[in-house]
Amino acid sequence: MTDAAHDRRDDGSEHPIRPDEDLRPRADDVGQPPPPGFWRRAADSDVFYSFVRSPTAMVAAAVTILSMLACFAAPLIAPFDPFDPAQISLWDGKLPPAWAEGGRAEYLLGTDNQGRDMLSTILYGGRLSIIVGLAAVFLGMALGVMLGVISGYLGGAVDALIMRVADVQLTIPGLLLAILINGIARTMLPPESRDELAIYVVIVAIGLTDWPQFARVVRGATLVESQKEYVLAARVIGLPSWLIMLRHVLPNVLRPVLVLATIGLALAIIAEATLSFLGQGIPPTTPSLGTLIRVGNEYLFSGLWWITFFPAIALVVLVFAVNLLGDWMRDALNPKLR
Amino acid sequence: MSELLEIEGLDVEFPTRRGVVKAARGVSLNVKRGEVLGLVGESGAGKSTIGNAIIDLLEPPGRVAAGEIRFQGESLRGRSEDEMRRIRGDRIGMIFQDPQTSLNPLLTVGEQLVETIRKCLGFSEEAAQTRARELLEQVGITEPEARLRAYPHQFSGGMRQRVVIALALAGEPDLLLADEPTTALDVSIQAQILELIRRLCKDRDLGVIIVTHDIGVIAEIADRVCVMYRGEVVETGEVSQVLGAPRHEYTRSLIAAVPRPDRRLERFASVDYIEGGVKPFKRIDVRTHWLGAAVRQAAATGPAVTVEGMDLSFTLRRAILPRNRKYLKAVDDVSFEIREGESFGLVGESGSGKSTVARIIAGLYRPDAGVVRLMGRDVSTTPREPEAKAARRALQMIFQDPYSSLNARMKVLEIVAEPIRFFRLAEGEADVRRIVGDLLDHVGLGAEAALRYPHEFSGGQRQRISIARALASRPRILICDEPTSALDVSVQATILNLLRDLQDELGLTMLFISHDLPVIRQMCDRVAVMRHGRICEIAPTERLFEAPEHDYTKHLLKLMPRMDLLGAA
Repeated sequence: MTDAAHDRRDDGSEHPIRPDEDLRPRADDVGQPPPPGFWRRAADSDVFYSFVRSPTAMVAAAVTILSMLACFAAPLIAPFDPFDPAQISLWDGKLPPAWAEGGRAEYLLGTDNQGRDMLSTILYGGRLSIIVGLAAVFLGMALGVMLGVISGYLGGAVDALIMRVADVQLTIPGLLLAILINGIARTMLPPESRDELAIYVVIVAIGLTDWPQFARVVRGATLVESQKEYVLAARVIGLPSWLIMLRHVLPNVLRPVLVLATIGLALAIIAEATLSFLGQGIPPTTPSLGTLIRVGNEYLFSGLWWITFFPAIALVVLVFAVNLLGDWMRDALNPKLR
Repeated sequence: MSELLEIEGLDVEFPTRRGVVKAARGVSLNVKRGEVLGLVGESGAGKSTIGNAIIDLLEPPGRVAAGEIRFQGESLRGRSEDEMRRIRGDRIGMIFQDPQTSLNPLLTVGEQLVETIRKCLGFSEEAAQTRARELLEQVGITEPEARLRAYPHQFSGGMRQRVVIALALAGEPDLLLADEPTTALDVSIQAQILELIRRLCKDRDLGVIIVTHDIGVIAEIADRVCVMYRGEVVETGEVSQVLGAPRHEYTRSLIAAVPRPDRRLERFASVDYIEGGVKPFKRIDVRTHWLGAAVRQAAATGPAVTVEGMDLSFTLRRAILPRNRKYLKAVDDVSFEIREGESFGLVGESGSGKSTVARIIAGLYRPDAGVVRLMGRDVSTTPREPEAKAARRALQMIFQDPYSSLNARMKVLEIVAEPIRFFRLAEGEADVRRIVGDLLDHVGLGAEAALRYPHEFSGGQRQRISIARALASRPRILICDEPTSALDVSVQATILNLLRDLQDELGLTMLFISHDLPVIRQMCDRVAVMRHGRICEIAPTERLFEAPEHDYTKHLLKLMPRMDLLGAA
């Protein structure tokens, strides 16, 4: 008997008491304070509460924000401009980090084969990686959320079509697909603008491989939401479908998207690095982290480890922090785990 | 005879980040053998907390802060988890609200019973089998031999609850603790289960504690009753005394708020004690206000709603071959008329198709066959025609669940203003805001509510927001789908009063759907009784209650909780 009864309690579906809701005095007619502003509500929210009590989340957030700030402020804080030929001298090429034998103080992390300061190159390269990652995730998210809401809300043939396309796409490994899209786009572009447009091509390639994840999650959430009574009420009022999707369904399915987007950002940064490492991504003239790792890799066996090591560390730290943040967010936003 | 269970000065606390919530304060009660004690109160009263504290199953971080729980003379406080588990199985049996989740779906009923019997009583496999068969027989399950081999999903809700009771009895407990044992069940099953519990209590000389929010259940089964209010026991006594001549002010207003099955009242008594002091809100004069404009234009044109030969089947199993497909006939040849300004009730047990009928009328489902006319205009055969859409705008709906019927991401202002803005029912933003404020005042919330989000309101208040949203379309017809079944009885009374006032002022036509016959009697002019998708009987309310014609109606009426104990409040 106890076992069955016990299970009942463990699944958390029975709340003898919900402190926030039920015990609050019925304020029907009690004088209420004015509604708090946005920041007050944010500071008072459960998510914030969980955030300040999770050291992992705080550290991850700090690392993510700091590295992003550093990369975006690269033109201001980097000791050198790696794209200014006047500041580069081939004589300074292949110098080891400052603390190693033969290193020079002005090149803290050493220089690469062309004499560019590694620290500056990493900052600039990181900026490019983050921009590509953010833009690609945004593209995949916008596309996936839109198609997911439409698919879930309208159902029927539209739903079947969109979800079958997503299913087919998911059978192809993401990276392979990105390489495919990348390759097709490049052959279609005029040769002289290929390098210039490479960054946009990479963004589109990664963004287009990303959307089915978002579409699936959002479709599921939409199916649940569109059966809820507030959506039915909007239908009874007589609002058109597009308005119900936009104003009622969309804001209520974005929670899981936030989590997915954070983890997606880490994946997109890796995807970009992989493409660049394979020579399919950002050209070496304006290197991203992936390009730097590839270039450095060629010198690894000649003992020039720092050219590939530091960009790789930067990539790992960035992706790790973003991933931790995503994991925490998934737990904090999931009411079942709280 | 000595007490079976004694609780003295029990305090239960839930430490939360916003401070310690005291869920129970100084609770004292006792149960004798062969006695049913009812623990009654509204949500948040702490009644379930007491039950959980007895068996040490408080949801963390809850804890017993003070007081004494004595079971057969021994203290139950400070026991180890192991000891408590043994006590829970052998000496205190438990029945929870939802029979769906109280049983393990992967084991047969027999396996679960035999396992529990062997663990608690140390019987051999065979003896336990025999015992399990006897138990099933005792809780009124026919063919126990065959049913032992069945899985929980093969039982209906009521049968499953019987199995749960058998399981609770397996360890031969001295005390049975039932937490809302019939809330998830239909009335006809509720009556059987209550009778079963009462019979077991007398036959086996058990002590029984029934935790419930339902005065009807208490009136039916309990010998004595404890009334709880915000964590405290405000009144204890014999059922006839507490319900018939309540001493405490809270009990008095609670009982006044219970819908009477035996006669119709003009209004529910004011329940100011419960709502914490009623502050009268400014109400608008609908004769001159924007809200009344539709009333002034309306000319009498026959029935407001006509339903003719309505059919709807849901697909249970899809298949390419038609003979493999499975359908459920949810609505089967339903026809009725609602006259202008009338309040029409639709009553039936769960699964009878009453909500489906409402949703077809509201245009949320398309019927397979049949015609729906609103104010004489056909809206179901060509629902996308502009004329049909315009006709539908005269109809609004209020839903059952106040927690999911409002969009949590929108402020109350946006929610209520949405139809006014979209259909340009008012000129200019200033006018829209003024109208929304007036509507919120009119439903008794106050205009300040406009700037808040739905989650800041209680269930009853949210239902008022839903009503304001429905009014914002200036409807002539209002469908209320179980509008108060998720609310406490005191809140229900205020919402029902509000709906009645609105109907009087605006001359609304109402379709009122409920499983609760006393509520129907208070609210409706005519009633249709539904069962298995068909209408059994349509009659004026008073005639239906006094002289029902259909057998099913008679059956339902017989099952209404008897409230003879309630004094002439």
